[in-house]
Amino acid sequence: MRTPLRAHGPVWRLLGLARPRGSRFALGVLAAAVATASGVGLLSLAAWLIATAATHPSVAALSVAVVLTRALGVTRGVARYLERLITHDAALRTLADARVRVYDRLAHIEPIRRFRSGDLVTRLVSDTDATQDLLVRGLAPPLAALLTGAGVVALGTALLVPGGLLLAAGLLLGGLAVPVAAAALGQATGRRQAAARGELSAALVDALHGAPDLVAYGAMDRAVARVERADATLTAAARRDAGLLGLGAAGSALVAGLTLWGTLLLGVAAVESGSLGPVPLAVLALTALAAFEIVAPLPAAAARLGAIRASGARLFDVLDTPPAVRDPGGGLESAGGPLTPGPLRVRDLRVRYGPGEPWALDGLGLDVAPGARVAVVGPSGSGKSTLAAVLFRFRDPDSGTVTLGGTDLSSVSPDVARQAISGVPQDPHLFDSTVRENLRLARPEATDAQLWDVLERVRLAVDVAAMPAGLATDVGVHGARFSGGMRQRLALARALLTDARLLVLDEPTTHLDPDTRDAVLDDLLAAAGDRAVLLVTHDLDRLTEMDAVYVVVDGRVVQHGTHAGLLARDGWYRRAHRLPAPAAWSGGFTAIPQRGTGAGGTLSAGLQ
Amino acid sequence: MKPLDPRLVRTASAVRRHLAVTVACGLALTGLILLQAWLIARVIGGATDGLGLTDLGAVIAAVAVVALARAGLAYGAETAALRSAARVKSQLRRRLVRHVTTGPPDVAGRSAGELATLTTRGLDALDDYIARYLPQLVLAALVPLAVLVVVARADWISALVIGATLPLIPVFMALVGWHTQARTRRQWRLLNRLGGHFLDVVEGLPTLALFRRAKAEAALVRRVSDEHRRATMGTLRIAFLSAFVLEVLATLAVALVAVEVGLRLLYGELGLETALLVLILAPEAYLPLREVGARFHASMEGVAAAEQVFAVLETGSGARPSGTAQLPASRGVDVRVDGVRFRYPGREVPALDDVSLDVPAGRSVLVDGPSGSGKSTLLALLLRFLEPDAGEVRIDGRPLRDLDPDAWRARIAWVPQHPHLFDDTVAGNIRLGDPDAGDAAVERAARAAELHDVVAALPDGYATRLGERGARLSAGQRQRVALARAFLRDPDLVLLDEPTAHLDPDNAAKVRTAVARLLGGRTGIVVAHDAGWAEVVDDVVRLENGRTRSSPGVVRA
Repeated sequence: MRTPLRAHGPVWRLLGLARPRGSRFALGVLAAAVATASGVGLLSLAAWLIATAATHPSVAALSVAVVLTRALGVTRGVARYLERLITHDAALRTLADARVRVYDRLAHIEPIRRFRSGDLVTRLVSDTDATQDLLVRGLAPPLAALLTGAGVVALGTALLVPGGLLLAAGLLLGGLAVPVAAAALGQATGRRQAAARGELSAALVDALHGAPDLVAYGAMDRAVARVERADATLTAAARRDAGLLGLGAAGSALVAGLTLWGTLLLGVAAVESGSLGPVPLAVLALTALAAFEIVAPLPAAAARLGAIRASGARLFDVLDTPPAVRDPGGGLESAGGPLTPGPLRVRDLRVRYGPGEPWALDGLGLDVAPGARVAVVGPSGSGKSTLAAVLFRFRDPDSGTVTLGGTDLSSVSPDVARQAISGVPQDPHLFDSTVRENLRLARPEATDAQLWDVLERVRLAVDVAAMPAGLATDVGVHGARFSGGMRQRLALARALLTDARLLVLDEPTTHLDPDTRDAVLDDLLAAAGDRAVLLVTHDLDRLTEMDAVYVVVDGRVVQHGTHAGLLARDGWYRRAHRLPAPAAWSGGFTAIPQRGTGAGGTLSAGLQ
Repeated sequence: MKPLDPRLVRTASAVRRHLAVTVACGLALTGLILLQAWLIARVIGGATDGLGLTDLGAVIAAVAVVALARAGLAYGAETAALRSAARVKSQLRRRLVRHVTTGPPDVAGRSAGELATLTTRGLDALDDYIARYLPQLVLAALVPLAVLVVVARADWISALVIGATLPLIPVFMALVGWHTQARTRRQWRLLNRLGGHFLDVVEGLPTLALFRRAKAEAALVRRVSDEHRRATMGTLRIAFLSAFVLEVLATLAVALVAVEVGLRLLYGELGLETALLVLILAPEAYLPLREVGARFHASMEGVAAAEQVFAVLETGSGARPSGTAQLPASRGVDVRVDGVRFRYPGREVPALDDVSLDVPAGRSVLVDGPSGSGKSTLLALLLRFLEPDAGEVRIDGRPLRDLDPDAWRARIAWVPQHPHLFDDTVAGNIRLGDPDAGDAAVERAARAAELHDVVAALPDGYATRLGERGARLSAGQRQRVALARAFLRDPDLVLLDEPTAHLDPDNAAKVRTAVARLLGGRTGIVVAHDAGWAEVVDDVVRLENGRTRSSPGVVRA
């Protein structure tokens, strides 16, 4: 069942998501059909009523029609209201299903690299929301139109066969051909204007975001001229294409008008030849007049389909991605319990993000003894964060081994590994919830006393206590109500709540200003206590406290040793500390080597 | 909420033209609707009276002509409306851009993103508003009135029914809409939060995975989505009521008219043709109102977009700073800041509070201090992006406020903390301050800024396009492009804002070399929280909480 579905287009697969809610949808479509049919039926019945009344029958002959007409006046509104409620409810239920599906899938595939950009995540979420749009605006109207249209054509055929056929042809043209053609024209003009839109947007971003630079360098006039040129191009294109888009509206009006004309022509001829009575003629003509209400919502539905298809394609692109981390399966029990703590050994680690791409890590090796403080430094793009991703089990190595206490990390399930190794990923996420909930993520059973204790250790307790709601304070979207330094401290507090014996801190001080940077780093290291710490950073300050420093360039360790040892030798580390002026970096430099040597004494045996 | 913002009519001439064309099209369409109804009634009535195709041929042919005319009118009206929409957007966009770029730039730069969105996607909300909603609004005013007049002449009782129900529709819709709005506003926060939850957990997936909570959270996604559905349905049940009232009133009125006309016909009080005319026209009276109701959402978005546009247009764009005096050319300028205070509007604490600084011509000073101490504000004052609330800045002894701002800025090279690179070539970016500079001069500037090797490695050298915001280059390389701009300008005063913050050591070292070269012989002010710069400059001044502290020690006299 599932495999043939995958071969279909994204729209079909989106519909597949709605299958469990099929009966609700059927009900919604039925209500929609009843609503439209009431509208058309009202006019048909009224035509019969009036045409019959003209023959002056007894009042009794009209009484049923009178009651029915009044009833139809109410059913349309009621049915429309119910239809809206039912389809929206079904669509929202399907959306919930789709979100769980997408979430489940994302939770199983590598969560770091592909979805790192915030824009991508936002787009993925709105693509998921497109399922709702497809069902409410893309699926229900055509199905309801199909039902009502069939009924109207049956009525027409019963009255006069050629009239029914003409009506069928008109409805097909107006409900299928015109909307599809109009949607195609709309997409074509959209594509044509895309380049002009892109240029306008780029020019605007430059003029508005770059305003200080432009004004300082006297270049604002040129930037505004560029925006106006781009605007002129886009406006000219839009005005040219307006004619094409007008064709859709004209097509709908023409099909409806000519169908009416044909019906009158056929009807009058039939009345003349005696094959049709005057009363059925009135019914047929007014039915043909009202019938185009059925297809009225379809051009809008067709126009949406293109965008929905694109959303679906992107969505299934994500859902079809194979997992990047092998999960040998089993929880703690089946894997023989938690990992035995011990030294971390990384040997010949190679990782790349795709078959054709360069190696992000190319034979990297390092050791972290229990309780040791180790820093990994290097220029941006050298592969440092990929190492953190491997240790967090966000990625599997392409070759090489990572062992903790002798156990290969890829031989256990990611969750088992993460019980032993935790920390702070790059840009740690704070959830739009309370301080308490954000902390309990790491230890759901933690008591408030434990939370205050850990906040104390990251020196955040005073700040949180000063907030009106204490632990129940909302942190805001992305932790927006907290400063950058506080967010990092909160993320570290979370890591400290785990039982992990090795904490990996991936660039914990980027985006912080220099004052906060030093204070946060000092507190981080102090709070880690006797746990091992692997600090990934491009910031060369404060490395005197580390037991060992590894310099990673192009995915390989080019140097390692203590801060003092590395400074004493020629190489990247020493060059990186060199400053342009002859007596560079006067501030702290003379004092550092002694402290560094002192720290070197605690170097663990596992490190050279 | 007003259906049509009068400011929109005043501001955009295209809107006025559009309204005129729309009213003309609306009148023509109203005429065609009435004509078509009369023709249909005539054909059915004639056929009932025993007339054949030969007698009714002309009337039936007229139905085809009306069909063609309606199609032509639909084409013309739609095309004209879309063209107007494009023109209105263009007029507003140009006005907006001109407005926000005349004054000094907003140094905080917070609004730039919002403005860029408003001038592109934000204005697109006007498409539906102008091309679909306004024409329907015109029809909603014209068609019911015309129908009412025609029906009244044919059958006054039907006219009474229609005339009584028509005004009820807007009244009921307003009542329901008012009630819905109050309720929706109460629910808005909840809906927003529940709606944002999914985005929040997807963004936080790596963090959830790290704490082994990713799989457990799936149940929460389900629960919150269900809560969101329930809350949304609660709002929709009320929101759909307005459409419900509209549909029921409109359809019920047509049903009542049909029955009433039928019964009067039965008793011989009315002719068949008249009865049919009334029956065909009755729904037409309500159709435009229903269409307006259906486009209500589009209208709200359009009006909101227009309101945003006018909110920007009506805030003072900060006039161009005053001053016309020219400064005589000299190598290096003497900068004297005396007791300057500045407070950002809406903030309580002044950013600069009695700041004094003395930089003799040809010397350079490091202004050092923690973040938020007002360092960047000081540079903005020197660039005349801001004007001091009190105190004075003197250049070569003349008050800065008397100098022509453009001429003054032409003497400065400013390297901001995050320089903006434009979607242009490398050379184009370096030429920012001097578009006519030759290739040799550009390369010289790039070499001086330690940038040449980077450019040489790019596929097209200096002709390589950098992409939006210079995406092709690293932060340190971007900084050096900004330095190359400064070298090309050959300035008298150099202003540098945190030139190496957030740079990795390799890049920071190159930037330092270039900056030292740039400062040579020029007046320079380096703003940085980095003691290392003390080696490069002549003096050090410390800024704390917007006040200058006497420097603890000048490194080099």
